Amino acid sequence: MAKITYRDHHLQTEDGESVLDTLLRNNIDAPYSCKVGVCQTCIMQCIRGDLPESSQLELKPNLREQGYFLSCQCHTENNLEIKLPNSDQLFVTASLVEKEMLSPTVVRLRLQTATPLYYHAGQFINVKRTDGLIRSYSLASLPGEDNFLELHVKHMDNGDMSRWVSESFDIGDNIEIDGPVGDCFYSSGTQDMPMLLIGSGTGLAPLIGILRDALHNNHIGPIHLYHAAFTEEELYLDAEIKSLIRNANNVHYKPLITKYMTENYVASGRSCETALVDNPDLKNWKIYLCGAPAMVKFMQQRAFLAGASMDNIHTDPFESKELRAEPRDT
Amino acid sequence: MSTLFEKIGGESAVNAAVDIFYRKVLSDDSISYFFETTDMTAQHAKQKSFLSMVFGGPNDYTGADMRKAHAPLVEKGLNESHFNAVAGHLQSTLEELNVPADLIAEVMAIAGSTKDDVLGK
Repeated sequence: MAKITYRDHHLQTEDGESVLDTLLRNNIDAPYSCKVGVCQTCIMQCIRGDLPESSQLELKPNLREQGYFLSCQCHTENNLEIKLPNSDQLFVTASLVEKEMLSPTVVRLRLQTATPLYYHAGQFINVKRTDGLIRSYSLASLPGEDNFLELHVKHMDNGDMSRWVSESFDIGDNIEIDGPVGDCFYSSGTQDMPMLLIGSGTGLAPLIGILRDALHNNHIGPIHLYHAAFTEEELYLDAEIKSLIRNANNVHYKPLITKYMTENYVASGRSCETALVDNPDLKNWKIYLCGAPAMVKFMQQRAFLAGASMDNIHTDPFESKELRAEPRDT
Repeated sequence: MSTLFEKIGGESAVNAAVDIFYRKVLSDDSISYFFETTDMTAQHAKQKSFLSMVFGGPNDYTGADMRKAHAPLVEKGLNESHFNAVAGHLQSTLEELNVPADLIAEVMAIAGSTKDDVLGK
């Protein structure tokens, strides 16, 4: 049991609890979203005490040095004094410059910041509304080529942020963003490696950025792109992809429609299994898996067993805050 | 006089071995259910720590840690045959990497010494 001091709260952790659990159990409004250490919404700062390494693993060195940590990943027997990070240290203001529906459920947002954000296509940012609600979205834009940050937001019926984005977020409005986060991006020096890009739903967003990055880097190795969507309509970049790869002989694109698959099949993460059938030996391949967590986890294991090294498998699972009673469409 | 870890090739030996070893373990139906997890990346990191330890290298494991980590698996029925299966995969990984027989023997001795802690005896 550890003593956690937060502002004027003196709390005790319970066995097995993370610091985030302790805060929430005491009705403290601590920020969080995915609760599995991916989105970094729960980032806090430790003023006094020793942090467990696992609570800082995903953070950049300069943040680690300043004592930043993820409260959902912090399990400790040590006493800690913690605080919320200063907003201005981590978030910058962005304004909406373009908004377009790409399909009945996917909206494309283009944001601009006062100073350019330094990122790799495929990383993600955290977007914070004025009321403090934070959600993560992956970057589909290519730095250097695009002077905006591009996000693909899928409208979720119970989605607090996505409903607001569809209905109330208008051109000229501001929002705070922080990041970039994540290691799901194209690595220079891999031009010869065969690449497998697999995305479900708006998992296509980071992949389109990575694909453009690869082509921009004159990638020679074959690139296989698979996009799984519920319906044909939801292959929301079908025409754009075909146009982009018209002159790239090494890029192969295969759309997959999950409406025709059984629910169990999709729920168990197998919607993109055909990619493994098409490419059974993944030794020395670069693998990028983005979108529904079940699909990402299933494919990660299968790609590894097919010979891809763990370090060459990059994942961007779209963990959602609310546990769903039923699996998503894709 | 160099240590086992130095002789076997240190960190790069661990990196060469971990994917091969982890794949063998996941592909073995007699033990793969003990490795079912939603976080393969974390488990892969644990395999790396384990290999570092049995290669005589730096690690954070104590006997108590091994005991505590495997206790839930012992509850699920982890027994000597499973331990031996994993040990067998460790051995075949080293053979695949052409590690000299005497070094393999040293590694297997270290692995064997963890048996009581792993099985909660």
